[in-house]
Amino acid sequence: MAPETGMPESGGATAGGERAEGRYLHAVDAASLSVIGKPWRKIDARSRVTGQTKYADDLALPRMLACKLLRSSVAHARIKSIDTSAAEALGGVHAVLVGSELPVAFGILPVSQDEHTLCIDKVRFIGDPVAAVAAVDEDTAWEACRLIRVEYEPLDVVTSVFDAARDPHGMDPADRIHDYGREGNLHRCEHLEFGDLDAAFAESDLVREDLCFFEGNTHLPMEEHSTVAFTDPDGKLCVMSSTQTPHYLHRALAKVLAAFVPPHKIRVIACPNGGGFGGKSDPFNHEIAVARLSMKTGRPVKITLTREEVFQTHRGRHPVLMKSRIGVSKDGRIKALEFETHLDGGAYGSYGTASTFYTGALQCVTYKVDNYHFKGARWFTNKAPCGPKRGHGTPQPRFALETQLDKVAVELGIDPATLRSRHLAEAGSLTANWMRIGSMGLGECIERVCAGSGFRERWGRLPLGRGVGLACSSYLSGAGLPIYWNAMPHSGVQLKLDRSGLVTVFCGSTDIGQGSNSILAYIVAEVFGLDPQDLRVVTSDTDLTPVDLGSYSSRVTVMTGNAALQAAERARDLLVPHVAAQLDIPKGRVTFGGGRVFDCEDPERGMTFAEAVGTAEAKIGTIGTTGSYRPPKSPARYKGGGVGPSPSYSYTAAVVEVDVDPETGIYTVPRIWVAHDIGRAINPALVVGQVEGSVYMGLGEAMMEEMSYRGNRFGVHKIPSMLEYKSPTSMEMPEVVTYLVEDPDPNGPFGAKEAGQGPLLPIMPAVANAIYDAVGVRVDEVPVTPEKVFDAMQRKAQGKEARYGPRELPRVEWPEPRRVRTPWQGGTGVEVEREDELARSSQG
Amino acid sequence: MLRLPKFTLHRPTSAADAVRIAAGHGPEASYVAGGTDLYPNMKRRVQRPTHVVSLSRCADLRSRAGVAGAEVTLGAMTTLTAIERDPWLQEHYPAFVHAASVISTPLLRNMGTIGGNLLLDTRCNYYDQNYEWRESISFCMKCDGSTCWVAPSSPRCWAVQSSDTVPLLCAIGAHVTLLGPDGERRIPLTDLYRDDGIAYTTKRPGELLTHLHLPALNGWRASYRKLRRRGSFDFPVLGVGACLHFDGDVVTRAEVRIGGAGSHAIPAVKTAAMLVGQRLRRDDAASGELIRAAAQEAYKPTRAMDNTDLDAAWRKKMAPVFVSRAIQDCL
Repeated sequence: MAPETGMPESGGATAGGERAEGRYLHAVDAASLSVIGKPWRKIDARSRVTGQTKYADDLALPRMLACKLLRSSVAHARIKSIDTSAAEALGGVHAVLVGSELPVAFGILPVSQDEHTLCIDKVRFIGDPVAAVAAVDEDTAWEACRLIRVEYEPLDVVTSVFDAARDPHGMDPADRIHDYGREGNLHRCEHLEFGDLDAAFAESDLVREDLCFFEGNTHLPMEEHSTVAFTDPDGKLCVMSSTQTPHYLHRALAKVLAAFVPPHKIRVIACPNGGGFGGKSDPFNHEIAVARLSMKTGRPVKITLTREEVFQTHRGRHPVLMKSRIGVSKDGRIKALEFETHLDGGAYGSYGTASTFYTGALQCVTYKVDNYHFKGARWFTNKAPCGPKRGHGTPQPRFALETQLDKVAVELGIDPATLRSRHLAEAGSLTANWMRIGSMGLGECIERVCAGSGFRERWGRLPLGRGVGLACSSYLSGAGLPIYWNAMPHSGVQLKLDRSGLVTVFCGSTDIGQGSNSILAYIVAEVFGLDPQDLRVVTSDTDLTPVDLGSYSSRVTVMTGNAALQAAERARDLLVPHVAAQLDIPKGRVTFGGGRVFDCEDPERGMTFAEAVGTAEAKIGTIGTTGSYRPPKSPARYKGGGVGPSPSYSYTAAVVEVDVDPETGIYTVPRIWVAHDIGRAINPALVVGQVEGSVYMGLGEAMMEEMSYRGNRFGVHKIPSMLEYKSPTSMEMPEVVTYLVEDPDPNGPFGAKEAGQGPLLPIMPAVANAIYDAVGVRVDEVPVTPEKVFDAMQRKAQGKEARYGPRELPRVEWPEPRRVRTPWQGGTGVEVEREDELARSSQG
Repeated sequence: MLRLPKFTLHRPTSAADAVRIAAGHGPEASYVAGGTDLYPNMKRRVQRPTHVVSLSRCADLRSRAGVAGAEVTLGAMTTLTAIERDPWLQEHYPAFVHAASVISTPLLRNMGTIGGNLLLDTRCNYYDQNYEWRESISFCMKCDGSTCWVAPSSPRCWAVQSSDTVPLLCAIGAHVTLLGPDGERRIPLTDLYRDDGIAYTTKRPGELLTHLHLPALNGWRASYRKLRRRGSFDFPVLGVGACLHFDGDVVTRAEVRIGGAGSHAIPAVKTAAMLVGQRLRRDDAASGELIRAAAQEAYKPTRAMDNTDLDAAWRKKMAPVFVSRAIQDCL
């Protein structure tokens, strides 16, 4: 089949014609670049560090009211009645909103529109909102919430996947958490087969089956979610919110508020986020509630969640119980891999359908896997809804796979680094499940961390209590498909070139601290030879900026970058002929640099950038261009193949060193070496920042973070506070040695790939592998806490299996698999059953 | 968490005035020193004084008196940072300074005082929660409810003693002075506490803890060992204070107190008894064996329960390890 080119599709109308040479820019010699690859300051750095950045909660508008939500105090119940009369009568209360006023359901994915702004007839977890109050201040709104009487009829509470899986046929349908999904409390159930597993296991020299569990954890952004909404005198609604996805919020508002305001009269502005990590990627009930309250009261209304409410809003890492069965040859080649995952989804769908597929999507992009089967189930439970957190659905299976490979390496007597580097997936290849790999620098990543840490010399040779562990990973540089099906670009950029020399970049993307606004400036500045600090970047305003789908799936640099590059090259192409004519030189000699446009053969001959814009403007009128980007079409054309494809994959390898106290199980991590294949670093300082941030977050997940609930006590979150939900501080942060591996990818702007999520993934398995190296026990569970290490050490001392981890999975009646032949079986990327049908239709 | 509720703040300039003002408001009044414990509790609505008597202007509560070889007295308003940075205390009472230095974070130690730390409210993760959270469990025995969710059939509250200095100061035999409407009294610190999560002190209504008295240095050595999740900041979920008195290398008196594992700093009586009269030396196998055996006796009295961070069964198993290490530190 024809390989996809990955060429950004043309879009935008101001400057049509031939596509410029942008997509070859990855091959440009780094030395010829003046902005790209340099550690420029972020364009908003001064504003952020001097406290002048206005976050949503900093907004204060005249006559603004404060909103508080009354949240369910029970985990699962039918709402029999809500009496708001006392609250409405309280002085200072302007409006009370209940669920029946907004009956339209919403949700981030079209397949799970299962949320309401405020619960109408049922609550599904402690924290589900049932009423909203707008009052003169927060205290009054809170007092008013206490006056609202809600009568509940309790239902069975489900707090684990085992509870959820109990007797799906026998259960009273009224006790189901949702009335959609497969059956009982089973939300999704997927079964995919690529290749012939039985034969491959039969041929394998070593077969292992391992169970493991990855506990859920949350994003813990410093900034609590906050939203301000107001309606202007013309009836136009404006919602300013700490969201990562203003476009999707806009869609949800338009849907739920359709009876009150049309989509083109809704403006969403994403404020700078004080951390997102995936936790601000859903449209949220509180955002819609204040929007409606602002209409009802005719005043601006603000809500800022408390920290406890942020824990309830959640959408964080799914707890996943996993089984991995692997068959390898003597030299460690993965001949067969069978993977089963059970996701504890919490109370709503959120991104869960995608999360389920993600637990099976990226197993084959790091090492060659000849045959691969995947079963994934997501269960509803009466807990805060899970969703996407940095790494979305892939850290859990990555933990399972990388710890399993460590066990395979020990059994085969091959060091874990060599085992991995021998069988790397190849650049440009297709995987068993039809993911197209772009550039692939994992081999070099492994060598860099091994050289830095002395892994090969130290692994298996350190004294008791000290250990090193290695793990690798990969992540996508943006999801290949949008969240709702459409054929439009994923990212759009508009440029305005002013005769003053100012270039303004308009883009719908949202800076959540990762530096996406700066990336736009760097790329455009590179093309025009300008100082990035001199550009103006206008982003994340649905009235002013073209759509970008949002800051999720590590998509922003690649997608907005390509769109910005296209727009900038088109604008450059508009200027060049007029500058050439003015200077009386051939067009090919017109060069941009240092704020000037000049003849490359006679640099003295030229003009300022502003003069160049003016010259062109005089000839052709106002100068503006657009650029847009859509990822290449994926060869994975089977149902479920929409999750996993990406323009490119980043790769990471990490070595973690641990010191374990053999008497207690308490351990510390003194050093981490991490190498990340970034394609090309648009700004190496920002990439290193993302890598270190990922290491930090990964270490928190590895060592201590967990969303724990009191299953036997009403299903309350055990520790919804910054003090008791344990996360490392800067004092726990080890020394981190970061290596950037740059192997430019043809699909990335200047060859860039993602940096924000991939480097988190290897940390958890590398910690567990290091623990094994230190004290000879396996903790097949995240977080790897001292209790678990201690427990496993005690088992070992008693001659039992030196392991701490799960021993069973819930029972599921899996559907018939969707069978897809692998590329090397001559497959076509669709289900076997559909191949004939498609062949016939293509002949016809 | 909510904002602070409304209250009247009083700022007297002497301990006597403070006691007089508090007495005037009875149970509606609360003293506040650094506020690092009281204010979060007020934000959670687990403490609801309408009159708060600030001690920040009481200069008579900030003194340090005493010399080496005699008793040392610290005013209750001495901040934890002041203790941590006091070179004289560092030299003479290193275990005490260490215990103070591992409390919370530098910012909170700047505000937090020794008096406040000695009277730190008992903690429990069914109790240290905001109003809505507690409402969802129908509240608990310690505040607004009737059941102790840690042990639902229990007639008592199992909130946890969580001060770092208390186990150590109890072990070394510190005293405190209390000033109340009926006058001043001085008691051994161990008598200040009760084994109950709710009524955890014997402080009488309106009494103000004014001074801490450290015993004279006369041949004892002490240590504090703390178990917590993070080295940067966390309450102790096991805190062992140990003090050995020596005649040469023979132990003449021993006191071991286990904090963070019950509602008071639990005395490890058998452990201490096994050490008295024994010859203990550093890096000596027989001494090590003896200490290990004695420390094992700390397992049973440790009442770790599922109401703090980290697994309760493991915390209990850690008690002998931490006791053993604290005793070793004293050699």
